[in-house]
Amino acid sequence: MSEAFLYTVEVFLNGLMAGVLYALVALGFVLIYKASGIFNFAQGVMALFAAMTLVGFQNGQVPFAHLINATFGLHVTTFGWNLHSTVAVFLTVLVMIALAWAVQRFVFRHLVGQEPIILFMATIGLAYFLEGVADLMWGSEIKTLDLCWAVGACLPQGGNLWIEQATEGLGGEGFYGFFIDSLDIVAALVAMVLVAALVAFAQYTKQGRAMRAVADDHQAALSVGVSLNFIWILVWSLAGFVALVAGIMWGAKSGVQFSLSLIALKALPVLMLGGFTSIPGAIVGGLIIGVGEKLFEFLIGAPFLGGATENWFAYMLALVFLVFRPQGLFGEKIIERV
Amino acid sequence: MKMKFATMAVAAVMAAGPVMADLVFPSLSYRTGPYAASGIPFADGYADYFTLLNERDGGIGGAPVRMVECETGYNTEKGVECYESTKGEGALVYQPLSTGITYQLIPKATADGIPIHSMGYGRTSASNGTVFSHVFNYPANYWDGASGAINYLLEENGGNLDGKKIALIYHNSAYGKEPIRTLEELQKQHGFELTLLPVDHPGQEQKSQWLQIRRDRPDYVVMWGWGVMNQVAVQEAVNIRYPMENFIGVWWSGSEADVIPAGAAANGYKALTFHGVGKDYPVYDDIQKFVLDAGKAAGAGDQIGTVQYNRGMYAAMLAAEAARTAQEIHGTADITPAMMRDGMEALEITEEKMAALGLPNYGPAFKVSCEQHGGPGLVGVTQWDAAAQQWNVISDYKPTDRELIGRLIEEDSAAYAAENNIEPRCN
Repeated sequence: MSEAFLYTVEVFLNGLMAGVLYALVALGFVLIYKASGIFNFAQGVMALFAAMTLVGFQNGQVPFAHLINATFGLHVTTFGWNLHSTVAVFLTVLVMIALAWAVQRFVFRHLVGQEPIILFMATIGLAYFLEGVADLMWGSEIKTLDLCWAVGACLPQGGNLWIEQATEGLGGEGFYGFFIDSLDIVAALVAMVLVAALVAFAQYTKQGRAMRAVADDHQAALSVGVSLNFIWILVWSLAGFVALVAGIMWGAKSGVQFSLSLIALKALPVLMLGGFTSIPGAIVGGLIIGVGEKLFEFLIGAPFLGGATENWFAYMLALVFLVFRPQGLFGEKIIERV
Repeated sequence: MKMKFATMAVAAVMAAGPVMADLVFPSLSYRTGPYAASGIPFADGYADYFTLLNERDGGIGGAPVRMVECETGYNTEKGVECYESTKGEGALVYQPLSTGITYQLIPKATADGIPIHSMGYGRTSASNGTVFSHVFNYPANYWDGASGAINYLLEENGGNLDGKKIALIYHNSAYGKEPIRTLEELQKQHGFELTLLPVDHPGQEQKSQWLQIRRDRPDYVVMWGWGVMNQVAVQEAVNIRYPMENFIGVWWSGSEADVIPAGAAANGYKALTFHGVGKDYPVYDDIQKFVLDAGKAAGAGDQIGTVQYNRGMYAAMLAAEAARTAQEIHGTADITPAMMRDGMEALEITEEKMAALGLPNYGPAFKVSCEQHGGPGLVGVTQWDAAAQQWNVISDYKPTDRELIGRLIEEDSAAYAAENNIEPRCN
């Protein structure tokens, strides 16, 4: 096989992997939008907050240490212990559930019945508030995320050597085997499990069915005894969990730092393409965007346009979809009759 | 009664207003946002050095220093707001710590008569003092960085880069594009093959660029990155098993925060520098004694000796020495921004002076003049030792291609002068 073809396949595969990572972020948006009609601008910051909390727990960091030290003249920074990753993940999930409760109790409960734009604005405020709290709680420095569930069993880094060596012989001397990041493979597996779990939860559990009922019609759901309050806390908790997973995968690549919140930018074209209300849409949208932008950069962007076309292409593709299919590939077409 | 109120009001105004003898140094810092990890240690170093001068020496030339900190978040609009809100305090010099903010402030500060010092960033051609009367970028600029990197690679290859492949991976912004022109000129001179790989802001996703590097196998990769782009690039280089000793970043891509997330595999990564690394300098004993132990440190004290902390401290030291020079020129401790500008233009940093300040061999010796606001452009190289978790200097401060850089500066500043009807000065 020609090297050009093999490298195109490599770019395609890496596009799929990148798409999974985009989809992980987009999933959180979809969950909340589907159940409450809120476009959660804070989803990226939630990923940042979750990842920072996880690393903080792992390292035994004292939350709000700077504030405590400045107020009481102390010099505390850590508790002096390191938590096992599994315990730290469990505690972080609890924090995200508490956050979901607080968001519902102190923000959205007071905004029931408001226009969508008001709810959207509230999430912008929430994003800035949460970013500030994360800064105050855990500090601004870059943190290394090492997630290990057993001795020697940690999140992998680096290209997958097995794939590289197994495919090396496919091409000539100028072909070095397919490069696939091991972390991306783990992210893809995690995303598959996550989507399957979310779909199963929505289809086969009482709470899942209630969630779908609320998503379909708030008033009707209320009339049959579904607690809107509980469902919204549930949905924000699930979005918080998805944010934690996205934060782990992205944080493992770049370290946990404040720019992590910007990963939300990668989710927007995915949502526009896949639809705001579809979990499979987020996955398919992510894959299309991931593959599309990588192939475009490889075949056209880098050789003819000077490179750095990925962001541009993702939004262009989303725009084209908006023109021909405004609800996205899998979104619900809402027809309002007068 | 009216008289009493009037007296109280005047007293209140006098108490609230700035003390005239204070030397005001604004610090446009970014302790929040995506770039805080680099902004915090710089701001701490900048503040701690001024605190040291106040605590140990009673200020500069007997006049106490007052530092006014304003949070920019590395955002150009906020940076300009900070400038506008602090210039009335009697600000002597602005160090914007952002190329974008520097570009915006050049015309404003020049009109207001307040000098700007953009150390190792900002508009490179501002080193031409005949056009940019109020802008200084000593001791080195971006183009020195580009030339310094190539000179180092020439040294590594016995003076010959003919046929070598060099890739520039850069932040797709005005900052990241700065070295391109210089590198293209150097490519013609030395016969290497240059590949340009832009990375869009913020730089969290660089898979395409590193797949290309893996395919093309360049002999060297030079990086012009900032923020998360640096950490991701180092990690991606590790992922494709690119030899780290052939990967060299500009000084804004060479701090601890850039390499620590990649762990031990980042060992051997190199970065340019124009100042010392680590804390093996006498000045740190004084900072420990007069600032940290006295509980007057700007931060938690855990950043001392890091690359960005050192850079902030170095920037403060150069500002303080320029203020001291201004005091000597004008015979007064209570200097104005105009006097400060004169001090910056007459600044001379010698090794003896550096040693006396507790910073022996910390940075290059240089002399600023009316024509030359950019310093000597001497560039060193550091290398990351992952096991020891420290940067080591592996190449001393060496000259860059001043003839080429001088020509490029002349061209760019002449265009700026023509656009803005600026008459060259220093005749």
